[in-house]
Amino acid sequence: MIEYKLTNKRKIMFRKPMTFMERIYLPAVLKGMAITLSHLFKKKATIQYPEQKRPMSEVFRGLHILKRDEQGAERCTACGLCALACPAEAITMTAAERKPEEKKLYREEKYASVYEINMLRCIFCGLCEEACPKAAIFLQNDVMAPASFEREDFIYGKDRLVEPLKLN
Amino acid sequence: MSDLIFKLIFISVIFGLSLFIAMYSTYAERKLAAFLQDRLGPNRAGPFGILQPLADGIKLFFKEEFIPKASDRWLFIMGPGFFMITALMTSAVIPFAPDLPWNGQIFSMQAADLNVGILYLFGVVSLGVYGILIGGWASNNKFSLLGAIRAASQNISYELAMGLSIVSLIMVSSSLSLRDIVEQQNGWHWNVLYQPLGFLIFIICAFAETNRAPFDLPECETELVGGYHTEFSSMKLGFYLFAEYINMFVSSAVLATLYFGGYQFPFISSMDPGLTKTLLGAAVMFGKIFFFIFLFIWIRWTLPRFRYDQLMNLGWKVLIPLAVLNIILTGAFILFKS
Repeated sequence: MIEYKLTNKRKIMFRKPMTFMERIYLPAVLKGMAITLSHLFKKKATIQYPEQKRPMSEVFRGLHILKRDEQGAERCTACGLCALACPAEAITMTAAERKPEEKKLYREEKYASVYEINMLRCIFCGLCEEACPKAAIFLQNDVMAPASFEREDFIYGKDRLVEPLKLN
Repeated sequence: MSDLIFKLIFISVIFGLSLFIAMYSTYAERKLAAFLQDRLGPNRAGPFGILQPLADGIKLFFKEEFIPKASDRWLFIMGPGFFMITALMTSAVIPFAPDLPWNGQIFSMQAADLNVGILYLFGVVSLGVYGILIGGWASNNKFSLLGAIRAASQNISYELAMGLSIVSLIMVSSSLSLRDIVEQQNGWHWNVLYQPLGFLIFIICAFAETNRAPFDLPECETELVGGYHTEFSSMKLGFYLFAEYINMFVSSAVLATLYFGGYQFPFISSMDPGLTKTLLGAAVMFGKIFFFIFLFIWIRWTLPRFRYDQLMNLGWKVLIPLAVLNIILTGAFILFKS
């Protein structure tokens, strides 16, 4: 019989016949049972979510927030740099001019009348936060975008993004 | 007359108890499976999830009752019921506790003391496979049919080895009545000490008979979708699943009765017959049963499933010859002893 040699790395393997103790399987079965029994007393890996939470990183990137300044005026000037920086194209906005009587509401003369982030598109990369020249948008490290049954619920407008006014 | 009333009460208690234990075996199964896999298991329904079996039952009742058009309607309905009935019938001959003398009468803690108890047990257990076979065949589905055929051939092959392992036990005890067998295992004379090989064969066959892992080929999820109960839904499926747990309970009871002395414990002979003795005996019996139920669950979450040819090899080429050998050895031993 000709032996074909495919590569030089070939190694002839042979399986040694099982001993009697191996062939009756029972020692192996008992060993397995001992292993599973030892797991009965081990610490469980489960984290029971709503009650227990995994510790989160200091720099976790969660749900966005549109910040206000010290006087409580919105910082965003609708420059559009966040929308430009966004790789997932999740941000859209409409700019508007501030009226004289709205001076307390908006910091600059231009502001975002509509500001929407689609959380289904957002990849939470944080590039909007880096692009913002006015330090207006941040990703919070303790809030996550909650789940919902409706697609519409994932388009976050200003009502859900702007930081609530601090009541003094 | 009072005897008849007592029997009625006793039978309903055993009936309720086997259902209750089967119910909580499902909970134990899920909980233990979780623990053995470093999980927590069901813990939301009630404290520690103890209402989980109830929630499962309610869920099954509210599921859609679906009968496939191509199925044999009556057999399809009959299958689960038949399986359930045969599972419940087996506990009739098991003595659960020592006799209770009360007001000059002696009450036996056994539904029926047949002098051919073991024979009855085997007869009913072997009927159990019809429930699976009827259900699987009536579904008119190839997966169900395969599961049913597997169940049938598996049960037939393992029943042989089981019967043969019992023959050597009967040679030792020289009685077919379960009551006599228990009475003979007084003190520490448990049959497992005289028949270790027979016990091993019997317990392996018991696993196969109850269609539990590592012999759960009839419902083998990885190959046959759901096996014989693929087409079943709602409480019909519930019956099949539930009857499996009743079978587990009954097999545990039979194992305890035949090989582990039933309600016998070391100091029982020094006690006077009475309420304490009966209750203590029952507690010991149920302790043994619970141990075997635990063993069933433990094995299930340890061992992987057999391949079908391995199953048949084990049954025909290993267990049956071993059982025959055991008979010969036991016979020789009895002969030399006399």
